[in-house]
Amino acid sequence: MATEAKTQQLVVSVSPHVRDEESIAKIMWTVNFALLPALIMSVYYFGPRAVYVTALCIVTAVLSERLFQKGLKRKVTTNDGSAFLTGLLLGMNLPPSVPFYIPVVGSAVSILIAKMLFGGLGYNIFNPALVGRAFLLITWPKLMTIWSEPTAQFVALDAKTTATPLGILKEEGIVKLLEIFGDKMSLYSHLLMGNRAGSIGETSALALLIGGALLLYKRYITWHIPFSFLGTVALLAWVFGGKGALFTGDPVIHLLSGGLMLGAFFMATDYVTCPTIRKGQIVFGIGCGAITMLIRLKGGFPEGVMFAILLMNCFAPLIDRNMKPALFGAVKAAKK
Amino acid sequence: MGKSATFERGIHPRYNKELASHKPIARARIPQRVVIPLSQHIGAPAKCEVKIGDEVKKGQIIGSPSGFVSSPVHASISGKVIAIADFPTSAGRLVNSVVIESDGQDEAIAFKESPDYLNLGADEIKSLIKDAGIVGMGGAAFPTNVKLSPPKEKPIDSVILNGAECEPYLTADHRLMNEHPGEVVEGLKIIMKSLGVNKGYIGIEENKPDAIQAIKAAVSGEANIEVCSLEIKYPQGAEKMLIKAIKGREVPSKGLPMDVGVVVQNIGTALAVYEAVRYGKPLIERVVTVTGNGIKEPNNLMVRIGTLMSDVIEQCGGLVEGAVKVISGGPMMGFAQWSLDVPVTKGTSGILVLTADEYAPSDEYFACIRCGRCVDVCPMGLNPSMLSILAEKGFYEEAKDYNLFDCFECGSCAFVCPAKRPMVQFMRLAKSQVKP
Ligand code: SF4
Ligand code: SF4
Repeated sequence: MATEAKTQQLVVSVSPHVRDEESIAKIMWTVNFALLPALIMSVYYFGPRAVYVTALCIVTAVLSERLFQKGLKRKVTTNDGSAFLTGLLLGMNLPPSVPFYIPVVGSAVSILIAKMLFGGLGYNIFNPALVGRAFLLITWPKLMTIWSEPTAQFVALDAKTTATPLGILKEEGIVKLLEIFGDKMSLYSHLLMGNRAGSIGETSALALLIGGALLLYKRYITWHIPFSFLGTVALLAWVFGGKGALFTGDPVIHLLSGGLMLGAFFMATDYVTCPTIRKGQIVFGIGCGAITMLIRLKGGFPEGVMFAILLMNCFAPLIDRNMKPALFGAVKAAKK
Repeated sequence: MGKSATFERGIHPRYNKELASHKPIARARIPQRVVIPLSQHIGAPAKCEVKIGDEVKKGQIIGSPSGFVSSPVHASISGKVIAIADFPTSAGRLVNSVVIESDGQDEAIAFKESPDYLNLGADEIKSLIKDAGIVGMGGAAFPTNVKLSPPKEKPIDSVILNGAECEPYLTADHRLMNEHPGEVVEGLKIIMKSLGVNKGYIGIEENKPDAIQAIKAAVSGEANIEVCSLEIKYPQGAEKMLIKAIKGREVPSKGLPMDVGVVVQNIGTALAVYEAVRYGKPLIERVVTVTGNGIKEPNNLMVRIGTLMSDVIEQCGGLVEGAVKVISGGPMMGFAQWSLDVPVTKGTSGILVLTADEYAPSDEYFACIRCGRCVDVCPMGLNPSMLSILAEKGFYEEAKDYNLFDCFECGSCAFVCPAKRPMVQFMRLAKSQVKP
């Protein structure tokens, strides 16, 4: 009868009865952590204001999600780190000098409109942080394109402003860029370290690569999107990026500037809004790269990463529907 | 050979085999009472051949096959039939079962020995196997003689013995290969003979080097039997994956192993075949791995068919404090039990008891975040994410376009899902709502 008593407490559920330790929360918090190096570099170059702006984004994001879920009496899921991540990514996509209402409005738009109205995590079509940023760019185009110089002590109200390397490249060409940064090597190293004008978290290519490497190592992302994205940008920059002749462009400048590293490793790889099938992710990455370069070289903006990813987000479901993985036993079934 | 044979994708769960892998097979005590379901196999239930009050001997037929795909059932102890009624089984169904109360004698009927078994004809072998009530002992329990009788238009050229034992925790086949390698190999030879095949393979996962060694020694004189070491990966022991690993052949979608000329048999089945053909012994007992951190003394026991799980667990010291889940079979594809008063049947490879720390609660799950991890591991090359979403929304017909029926419910997708979605439940739900 001892067993009888025990049976009362037995748990019954469908197999499998063991699972691995990954969870949404673990993945999201790791991605947040992987962004830390880039955030640290931005504080180094842009001063404490980088942190204020980012923190405002995060707090607004988490609070909006919480209030939304509480208001609708849904399960509150802000501990999973995804709202935090959206806030963090939005913050890293803003110029350091924006007035403080901008992060608040942007973050609320990201979470409430781009995420919660679609049904919450898993159901949104567009990357929420990028929707927030696009909204801000359209609403406050001036404020969103004032770039402070990357020298911590200057970032006060009278912070000196300048153009981003991509902006200079677009308006005045590579000669001017080299004039400002010295020679090519010095330009590259400025870009790698993040010692240049730009959004808070996008400038240090090196720090972003470190974070990206961590995610690759943990297998939270795979090579498919970042490599096809970066590869396409590099190829197109080399072929079409030169002034005059083909095959004279400088792929390195294009790889290291703008929001490309941040976009390729942290935004295009957003699970919910990219294809699930790896083959499809390559198509997605190539699409992102091609649109980015189209905008950078021919479009009205110096940078196109954000629009490229948002545009490709639309195609993700379509890609998934059309690129099924290779079914085991399919080849022979067809032959018969 | 360098890299060992395997299939694409799959997962690497923690195996936890060390709990029981070093325990030699011990005989469980003969139970006071057995509950023997008349259907322990895929196919038509056996027809009851006894009535309440009958005295039966060990090995006596109590249920006879009632169709081509069916199997006889034998008394596993001697004693008196005290009830014939529906009882729950470990698969959760109610099955008409014969309850025998032991007379303590364990007296057997006379078995028909065939010392000259290697010279028997194919049909003789198959009828001995059929009469012994042998079914696949890896879990599916498909009648073995049927598997050995493929239609003429499907020529078979190879037999594979499945020693992968890829389900975590389970060690029954491992112990059988260690302790009875000769008999296992003889069983394989008999199976090959019955099919007229002269190529045999025994696939064993690399985490059982002692078994590989023992089996290699046992086949040393056999030119046409090959021992293949397999990569440690779940579900390496699934028939289709095993054939891919060893023969490089892909069983066509919705097809069977015989479509590519292969028959796969389980290690325990091979041993049972040997005992049936050589000694005329019916399938009345099997090795059950009783394991998991929820069991006081994990062990590999030779258990009479029909012994209640509660009885077996008691012989292994009982459950520990904090044991929360009892599973018939392995942790990936086994069945969780409501009650321990269900019998061990021919397909019961293990009794696994998990504690709160090792089992995965599944009461709370989230929306699919489309991370693609399930796609990366599905051995069948499906898109489990899409299938689960379609099932969740009730689009069952659409799920068929995503090859729903190629899913064999291995659970790999659920294992890796960070949203902890009950993937297998979704697959079963969808399958139950549409025709293949
Ligand atoms: S593993 Fe889970 S969350 Fe990830 S795609 Fe598959 S079902 Fe969705
Ligand atoms: S349970 Fe089905 S869908 Fe999931 S991994 Fe196994 S075969 Fe693929």
